[in-house]
Amino acid sequence: MSDFEPVVVVFACDYCAYTAADVAGRMNLTYPSGVRILRVPCTGKVEPLYIMQALQKGADGVMVAGCLVGDCHFKNGNLRAAARVKRVQTLLDDIGIGADRVAMVNVSAGQGAKFAEIATEFSKKIGEMGPNPIKQGAKAAA
Amino acid sequence: MITAERKPMEEIFRSLEPFGKILLVGCNECVTVCHAGGRKEVAMLASALRMGRLKQGAPLTVDEMTLERQCDPEYAEELALVVDQYDAVCSMACGCGVQTVAERYQGLPVLPMVNTAFMGSSEKNGVWAERCAGCGNCVLGMTGGICPIARCSKRIFNGPCGGSSKGKCEISPDVDCAWQLIWDRLKQLGQTELYSQIMAPKDWRSARDGGPRRIVREDMAI
Repeated sequence: MSDFEPVVVVFACDYCAYTAADVAGRMNLTYPSGVRILRVPCTGKVEPLYIMQALQKGADGVMVAGCLVGDCHFKNGNLRAAARVKRVQTLLDDIGIGADRVAMVNVSAGQGAKFAEIATEFSKKIGEMGPNPIKQGAKAAA
Repeated sequence: MITAERKPMEEIFRSLEPFGKILLVGCNECVTVCHAGGRKEVAMLASALRMGRLKQGAPLTVDEMTLERQCDPEYAEELALVVDQYDAVCSMACGCGVQTVAERYQGLPVLPMVNTAFMGSSEKNGVWAERCAGCGNCVLGMTGGICPIARCSKRIFNGPCGGSSKGKCEISPDVDCAWQLIWDRLKQLGQTELYSQIMAPKDWRSARDGGPRRIVREDMAI
């Protein structure tokens, strides 16, 4: 088993996923320490560029975590985010990084256990995929 | 506006193979509005190029700049201070912007990063449709504000043709018959007599058929 611990950046909506992460903490649930949570006012605020730059700066995976479909505080921010994630996934496939390094997930504020489970599963999946391939390329070029 | 779409990444990577340092230049006008080549799209493509080339083990230095209007020499001039540092300039503007920059910086490769498409308008967020063919002799006043050149598949002047069925064009059920739209609009305006007027064959010399076009305003050219 490799000792690679992936860095996963989570853009978490203040109204749901961020609170869910909080709930997970209060329930003493654990998820991998490489999961780094960034609070955003709504996933509709997550520009495709944020995802690209997270990967460019060394994240191995990026998760955009928004409210359940139909529950967005701003009506359709989570739907916009899902469409943007899809667009970024296509671009990542085109440049050889791989669409699977980015995911859109939906959790409600009370689903602490679900958040911990999703974060653990995604981190495990990224771990199996290995480090962000730009790191290897940068080493080879150095 | 002039609409455009980013070229496929594979084509972009291939065209940039010989280069190690490029300046990626966007435009604040039409291509910003159609989300093809504004500041945001420049940042996205720059990020994609950096990552893609790193993955290939051949890093590419990409600097970003977005001009107010790339098709104007006075704005293209802004590149003069920095352009010498790069192997190539990659333009995300329409073909007019690419050519303005290429003409100003003759010794430097200037590559297009988008495919310029058509003159169109926004139907809704994320959807643009062709509305003007730039034919040089506008007939919209006769046709209820609907262009028979840009919106009729056959560009006919006295339509509809036999391919019009239930308001749609024979080329696709998704394409409206322009002449059906024209008739509906003329009826709405109470101007159906305009439809009865046979339009004469168009003199296409005012369009591209007369060769490359120029507009000269002597009062402005001082």
